[in-house]
Amino acid sequence: MSQSTLAPAGPAAERIATLTWLITGLAAAVMLAVLAYLAVAILRRRGLEDEPRAVNGAFVVGVFGVGLPLAILLVTFGFALNALAALVYPPSATRLTVEVIGHEWWWEVRYPGHENAITANEVHIPSGEPVQVRLSSDDVIHSFWVPQLQAKMDVIPGRANRTWLQADQPGTYRGQCAEYCGLQHAHMSLLVVAEPPDQFERWLAAQSRPAGPPQGQAARGLQAFAASGCLACHTIRFGGDSPGGKIGPDLTHLASRQMIAAGTLPNNPAGLAEWIADAQFVKPGNKMPAMHPDPEQLRDLLALLQSLS
Amino acid sequence: MAALADRELLIKVWETHPKALSPFVTVDHKKIGARYLVTAFLFFLAGGIEALVMRTQLALPENRLLDPETYNQLFSMHGTTMIFLFATPILSGFGNYVVPLMLGARDMAFPRLNAFTYWVFLFSGLFIYASFLIGSAPDGGWFAYTPLSGKAASPGPGLDFWALGLVLLGISTTAGALNFIVSILKVRAPGMSVDRLPLFIWNVLVTALAVIFALPALTLACLLLELDRNFGTHFFDPAAGGSALLWQHLFWFFGHPDVYIIFLPAVGIVSSVVPVFSRRPMVGHTFVALATVTTGVLSFGVWLHHMFATGLPPIALSFFGVVTTLIAVPAGVQIIAWITTMWSGRPVWRTPLMFAAGFIVLFLIGGLTGVMFAVVPFDQQITDSYFVVAHFHYVLFGGAVFPIFAGLYYWLPKMTGRLMNDRFGQVNFWLMFTGFNLTFMPMHIVGMLGMPRRVYTYPTGLGWDGTNLAETVGAFLLGVGILAFIANFLWSLKAGEPAGPNPWFANTLEWATSSPPEDYNFEVMPTVAGRDPLWDTHDELGRPILARPRALQRETLGTELLEAIPQNVLNMPQDTPLPFVLAFCLAVLFVGLLLQQIALCLLAGLASIVVVGAWLWPGKEAQA
Repeated sequence: MSQSTLAPAGPAAERIATLTWLITGLAAAVMLAVLAYLAVAILRRRGLEDEPRAVNGAFVVGVFGVGLPLAILLVTFGFALNALAALVYPPSATRLTVEVIGHEWWWEVRYPGHENAITANEVHIPSGEPVQVRLSSDDVIHSFWVPQLQAKMDVIPGRANRTWLQADQPGTYRGQCAEYCGLQHAHMSLLVVAEPPDQFERWLAAQSRPAGPPQGQAARGLQAFAASGCLACHTIRFGGDSPGGKIGPDLTHLASRQMIAAGTLPNNPAGLAEWIADAQFVKPGNKMPAMHPDPEQLRDLLALLQSLS
Repeated sequence: MAALADRELLIKVWETHPKALSPFVTVDHKKIGARYLVTAFLFFLAGGIEALVMRTQLALPENRLLDPETYNQLFSMHGTTMIFLFATPILSGFGNYVVPLMLGARDMAFPRLNAFTYWVFLFSGLFIYASFLIGSAPDGGWFAYTPLSGKAASPGPGLDFWALGLVLLGISTTAGALNFIVSILKVRAPGMSVDRLPLFIWNVLVTALAVIFALPALTLACLLLELDRNFGTHFFDPAAGGSALLWQHLFWFFGHPDVYIIFLPAVGIVSSVVPVFSRRPMVGHTFVALATVTTGVLSFGVWLHHMFATGLPPIALSFFGVVTTLIAVPAGVQIIAWITTMWSGRPVWRTPLMFAAGFIVLFLIGGLTGVMFAVVPFDQQITDSYFVVAHFHYVLFGGAVFPIFAGLYYWLPKMTGRLMNDRFGQVNFWLMFTGFNLTFMPMHIVGMLGMPRRVYTYPTGLGWDGTNLAETVGAFLLGVGILAFIANFLWSLKAGEPAGPNPWFANTLEWATSSPPEDYNFEVMPTVAGRDPLWDTHDELGRPILARPRALQRETLGTELLEAIPQNVLNMPQDTPLPFVLAFCLAVLFVGLLLQQIALCLLAGLASIVVVGAWLWPGKEAQA
């Protein structure tokens, strides 16, 4: 997996990567020219002349300090304006809008028009087409950044910012909060999963369904879940009236996600167990307390969480 | 014999009185300047230690040396220290020490105000650092974005220390800037007309003007933040109709000019050092002076480029992008002028010139990446990644700290009377230059690979591990370089070669007097007939102006604004503890605000008013 701006996977990031190479090359050329002049200034063989060389300061400074730089800068700025205009709007009309809500320190993801599809830290999109992204924040300023797909856009409380994403090929692209947002800014990443459109539609339909009623050990897990106070922050929607809090991620389809805790741990029994046992050790300062369940409780909870596909 | 008697009289009039209380009563710009240098350098070491602890944490992925709270406090205090408590004050230190000497004056225009600014600086630094004692240092970054810095997200007192401390420091910086402006405009040597002003003086003047216009925005922002935090106002609270982005506008309206407030005086040092060691006058002197002024003006039109990713309309992005692009032109002018000066002269490779040349290389790189950030889509992709950390360290460490070290090697002999070891100085330079590049060059790469800044740790497997380890090694090498400087300086105090008045064959007036200068700076007030007074062949230097004090009164010469024609003799104040007492009262007032003790605030406020009254009370010098 990559988070590199130089490994673009969509038209926006590609355009910016090309621009990056172009202006890096220009900057390198200017740097080499000036360093060469500096080297000559230092190493120039000087005869026995007493007086410094006479220099027409106005000419040298005017041509090499003002004229030439101005020309290079204007060309560069032309590239900038051109790219800026090209990136404001997606290349084609969008069918789908995703809503991403920043929280300290995780991402809530919703699909307007599909009110029951609520997930966290994982944005699924159809590949090969642009998708609108609406950004809002529940607390402080975050920044939504998936470098392989698109430049970052700040997520600001009280402001309705938008951006768009397009992944040309199916794949998983890592993103991360890029605006300092407090204690766990470092552990606030997300994955963008691009799938072929039909596969995406199946995923969206599955996410929109309630969770199946838990059986056996998972049912005992649900009792433990309620008894341990997990419902104060988390919701699992089994259909009908599902109680639960909104402070932490919705867990209805937790098992379908690749990572937990905003990209901090893999979503497997070991990762889940580590997180439930002592989330404060894994991600100090996050809002989930250390639960320290007894081993049997833990097995039941894991059974529940892994049943939430 | 008469001359000797005059000299004894000068000594008597200008020596600190009473001597026993010298630290608290002196108004001598040289003593104040030296204190600024030492205090700011100590803050530099503190900020450097903070950086090394952070780099140790970041040496390895998923490292657990620091918890996130400690890391966040460290990076917030590192930025706050380096910007506010090191870079600006150390350049005030050079300014204080050097400007009156360079102008051929006996002191700054307002010596008591000068003493006051130092004490307020010291107290505000201690005020902010006191937060460490209760384990609650500011943790909102040096930029303290709302609403993260608001009460809801940051309930501890850290941000109160920060905001109040900066308001207090702002009093010092503003008063200091006023003093520089008036001194430069009014107490120049006769003949030092505007077109003959040394470039260092130009830089200090433009810096001081930028301070006057930029700093009120920061002070206002900090006061509004304190009102929000402690009195329930909603300036920055979007839920109640305030604006989270308002803070960013106010902060960067100050913050971007502040980059130049740090950078311009540093550049002034380079413009002093390069011609001296190239053994020829500066090429394009007028253009460089104009470039300085242009930079100062343009620096007020670029603040939005810190906010390119906040979702602004394309027209605003384009406008601020183009101004940001244009600000590279005056920088280019100066780089060409420096190199051409070296090219056409006969460079003498002593340590100050090494640091100046190193500066040109590093600032060139930082400037070019700066232009890249003016390309808006690139900025939106790369901003807030480690590439930015690389960029602004090339600009601020390469662009300001390297010139500061050039200035230290250049002017410390004037202050101590002893030369530092030049060969060891060059070792010092190469350690710092290598360490710096090893620390910050890889940050360009890791930033392009997507590593965001201000993270206390990072996962493995994203290609960031090797570069981070290299950066940590580089940081410690850089630290060794700084230690080498300290060793060289301490060695020079004991065993350094005596410097004599002008060890570098320099051109400006500070080298026309002994090293260290006597309390009265110049026995006779120098006059000037060109840009490089000590290189000009004219014999006017020795005219006995003000050679004999009248009535045991400290005096310097007041001159006319543009042509520096002598206008009047200015009576200078005696030593007094009042600046110290006033600064102390203000510090107590701010402690009262921090603790929300109304009685203490009232008491300290009243005391301040009384002290100001005593300060302004007409004394005998006012009637003389």
